[in-house]
Amino acid sequence: MSGGLLDVAGVGRHFGGVHALSDVSLRVTEGEVHALIGPNGAGKTTLIHQISGAQTPDAGTIRFAGEDVTRLSMHTRVTRGIARSWQVTNVFARFSALDNVALAVQGRRRDWGGSFRFWVPADAERAIVDEAAAWLAEVGLAGREAAIAGSLAHGEQRQLELALALATKPRLLLLDEPMAGMGPEESERVVGLIEHLGRKVTLLLVEHDMDAVFRLADRVSVLVGGRLIFTGLPDEVRAHPEVKKAYLGEELV
Amino acid sequence: MTQLILEQAMNGLQFGLMLFLLAAGLTLVFGIMDMINLAHGSLYMVGAYLAAAAAAASGSFVVGALAAVAGTALVGALLEVAVLRRLYARDHLAQVLATFALILVANEAVRMLWGDQPMQLNAPEALAGPVEIGGFAYPAYRLLIIAVGAVVALALYVVVTKTRVGMWVRAGASNREMTEALGVNVKRLFTLVFAFGAGLCALAGAMLGPLLAVQVGMGESILILAFVVIVIGGIGSIRGALVGSLLVGVVDTLGRALLPWLLREFLPAEVASNLGPALAAILIYLLMAAILFWKPAGLFPARG
Amino acid sequence: MAASEKSALYRQSARRRALAVVALLVLAALPPLLQALGQDFYVSFAARILIFALAATSLNFIVGFGGMVAFGHAAFFGAGAYAVAILAERGVVSAFVAWPAAAALAGLLSLAVGAVSLRTRGVYFIMITLAFAQMIYYLFVSLQAWGGDDGLPLMARSSFGPLDLGDDAAFYWVALACLAGALFLLDRVAHARFGRVLQAIRENESRMEALGYPVAAYKLACFVIGGTLAGLAGALIANHGLLASPNLLHWTQSGTLLVMVIVGGVGALYGGFAGALTLLLLEEILAGFTVHWHMALGLLLLVVVFRAPRGVAAWLHGLFSRRGAK
Repeated sequence: MSGGLLDVAGVGRHFGGVHALSDVSLRVTEGEVHALIGPNGAGKTTLIHQISGAQTPDAGTIRFAGEDVTRLSMHTRVTRGIARSWQVTNVFARFSALDNVALAVQGRRRDWGGSFRFWVPADAERAIVDEAAAWLAEVGLAGREAAIAGSLAHGEQRQLELALALATKPRLLLLDEPMAGMGPEESERVVGLIEHLGRKVTLLLVEHDMDAVFRLADRVSVLVGGRLIFTGLPDEVRAHPEVKKAYLGEELV
Repeated sequence: MTQLILEQAMNGLQFGLMLFLLAAGLTLVFGIMDMINLAHGSLYMVGAYLAAAAAAASGSFVVGALAAVAGTALVGALLEVAVLRRLYARDHLAQVLATFALILVANEAVRMLWGDQPMQLNAPEALAGPVEIGGFAYPAYRLLIIAVGAVVALALYVVVTKTRVGMWVRAGASNREMTEALGVNVKRLFTLVFAFGAGLCALAGAMLGPLLAVQVGMGESILILAFVVIVIGGIGSIRGALVGSLLVGVVDTLGRALLPWLLREFLPAEVASNLGPALAAILIYLLMAAILFWKPAGLFPARG
Repeated sequence: MAASEKSALYRQSARRRALAVVALLVLAALPPLLQALGQDFYVSFAARILIFALAATSLNFIVGFGGMVAFGHAAFFGAGAYAVAILAERGVVSAFVAWPAAAALAGLLSLAVGAVSLRTRGVYFIMITLAFAQMIYYLFVSLQAWGGDDGLPLMARSSFGPLDLGDDAAFYWVALACLAGALFLLDRVAHARFGRVLQAIRENESRMEALGYPVAAYKLACFVIGGTLAGLAGALIANHGLLASPNLLHWTQSGTLLVMVIVGGVGALYGGFAGALTLLLLEEILAGFTVHWHMALGLLLLVVVFRAPRGVAAWLHGLFSRRGAK
C-alpha cells in the first residue's frame, strides 16, 4: 500500500468481548477533506483514537506518510504531523486563550531545548506570543486573547480548540464532531472555518450533520457496527443502497 | 533444612492471613470511596489494646478478643460517621493530612489511657506448647492463628463474592453512581463496611498481640505492609488482597529466614551478613515495585 | 494583551519582589536580635525551621506544581544527609564539595525512583514512591557500616570557606541563603517555558500529550528538581544535628513533609515555608504546655483540614482580605 497520506489497514479493536472495530481499512490522500459518517456507536471515535494514538489497535497497521505509526505514542504522532480535536471540548480552561495557543506553538519549537527552558519568563518570548496571536486570528478569535478559555462561549471554545490543533502545524487534522452541541449560527461559522482549513491541510472529519458533510467532503466513508462498508464520492454515498439501508434510512431526516 | 523451610512457610502463611484481615477492610474502603485511610493501622492498635485490657480484666483470652472486635467495630463506626465521611469528596492530600492527624490523636489517646509501657497479652494457657504435625513440632497458638485466619478469610471471600451484600460492595467499588442508582444506600453500606473492617483489624490485633508487642506505634509499621498488600493485589479487590497478603507474608518471612543463609553460599561471610538482612527487609518493596512496573494497577484491578 | 493589564501585572510582581526582599532582610536580622534577647537556643531552632522549609518547598514543587502526590520524599532528604555524613567520615568536609554531592546523589536517586514510579498514577503513585522510600530506609538501617539504627554522626559541621558554620548564626545565614536561592530558582522555573508546561499538564494532561508533549519526561524533570533540592536540605539537616539519622528516612518523615506542604498551601510558592514554620512552631509551643502535645497537634490538623482546606497561608490571606473589605 502506498500513495495515501494516511493508510489504515485491517485495524481491529475490541473492549472485553465487544468488537468496536473489525478489519477497518481506510485511505486518506493528501489534500482531501475526508468525512467519516455512521450511526451512533459505529466506532467512529474509536477509529479516531487509534489514528491519533490515544489507543493502540489490537490488529492491523496504521501508516502515516509512509511510516508505520501503529505503535507510536500520541505525542510522537503529533510531532509527525497528526493533530486532533475532541467531541467534547478539550482546552486548558483556566488559561487565557492566548496562553492556550502559546502552549501549542511552544510544543512545536525545538530551539534551546524546546520546552526544557528553565529561566527566561515565557511571557517575554515575543516570537511565541506573536505566533499564537496569529493562530487565534486565523480561527476568528482576534481580540479574545486575554479571555480565560473556560469563560468563552461554547462555539468560541471549539474555535480555540481548532487553533490549538492548527498551531502544531499538522499535515493531517482529525476533527471529531467539531459542530457537536452548537446552535445553527455557530455551526455555520465553524463550517465556514473548516471549509477554509480544508484548503490548507488534509482533514478527516467525523460529523453527524449531513448537510455539512455533503458540503465539505471530497470523499465520504461509512462505518457501521465497527465495519467500514463503503467509501466514495458524496453523491455515490447518497445513492448507495446498502448505505441507505444501514445508515441514512434510520438517521437522516 | 526442609524442616526450617516448612516451619518458616507456615509462619509466612500465618502472617499473611493476619495481613489479609487488615488489608480486606482497607482495600474495600479504598476501592469504594477512593479514600486513603492512614489511620487504619490505628484501629489495629486499638483492637490489640482493647483485647489486652479485656483479657486482663476477665482472665480469658477469648473474651478479650471478642470484646476487642466488638469495641473496635464501634470505634470504627463512630470514626466513620464523625470524621472520615466528610473526607470522601476531598482529594487525596486532604485525606492524608486528616488521617495522619488521626494517627497522632489515636497514639496519644492510647498513651493517655494505658501509659507508655507495652501491654502484656498472653496466649491461652492450653495452647502455650507445641504440637506435633508431620514429624515436626509447631507452636499450637500459631496453628490457631492459621485456623482462625483461614476460616475468616474464607468466610469473607464467600460473603464478598457470593452474597447480595458482597455484590453491592463490589459494585460500589467499581462504580459508585451505578450502585446508588440501583437503590443501595451506599452511605449506610459504607459505615457498615468500615465497622466491619475495624472489627477485622481488632481480630488481627488480638491474635498477633501475644506474638508481637502491644505498644503505641504498632499500627504504623503494619499499616505500610497492608498498603503494600492492597496495592500489589489491586485496590478494591478482595481476591487481590488475599493473594497479596499471602505473597507478602510468605516472601517476607521466608526472605528473612533464608536470604542471609543463601547469600552465605555465594558471597564472603562478611558481605553476606551485612547484605542479607538489608535485602530481606526490602524484599517485599522490591516485589511491589516490580509488580507495579509491569502491572501499574496491581494484579487484579477492580476497576475496568 | 492590553497595555494597562501588562503594567498592572508588572507592578504586582515588582511589589512582590519588594516584599520578598523585606522579608529576607527581616529574617537575616533574626540571629543578632535573638542573641540580644539572650535566646541563643532559638537561633538553632530557627535554622531548623529554614531547613525543613527548604525540604517542604522542594516537595511542594513536586506535589503542588507538578501535580504528583509523592509519599517518599524522606528518601531524598535522608540520602542528602547520609551523603554528607559518609563523605565527612572519609575526610571530605568541604561544604562546596559535599553539599553539591549530596544534592546530586538525591537527584540521581529521584531520577531512578521517578522513572519507575511515573508509570503509575494516583494512589498507585503514592504507594510506589512510599515503597521506594521504605527500601532506602531499610537499606540504611540494615547496613552496620553506615551506623545502622543509630545513624552516622558528624564530627563537626562542614567547612565553608572563611565562614565557621559551627557558629549557629553563620549556619542560620547559610541555611537562609539556600532557602532564598531555592525559592528564587523555583519562581523563575515556574514562569519559564518549563513551568508553563507543568501547569498545563496539571490542568489537562491528555491535551498536552495531544499537543505533542512527552508528558512523562516533563513530570520526571520536575520530580528530579524537587528531589535534588531535598538532597540539599538533607545536607543541611545533617550539619544541623551533626547526625545522619535513619529517622530522616522514615516514612513518617515523608508524612510530616507532606503535612507541612498541605498545611502551608499546596502549590503556593511560600507554602512549604509557611507549613514548616506553622508545624514546627506549633510543636514547640504545644510541647511547652503539655506532654500530650501530639493529641493537640492532631486535633489542630483536623481543624486545618476542615476549616482551612487550601492551607494556612491562603486562610490567613482570606481572613485579612475579608477584614479589609469590611
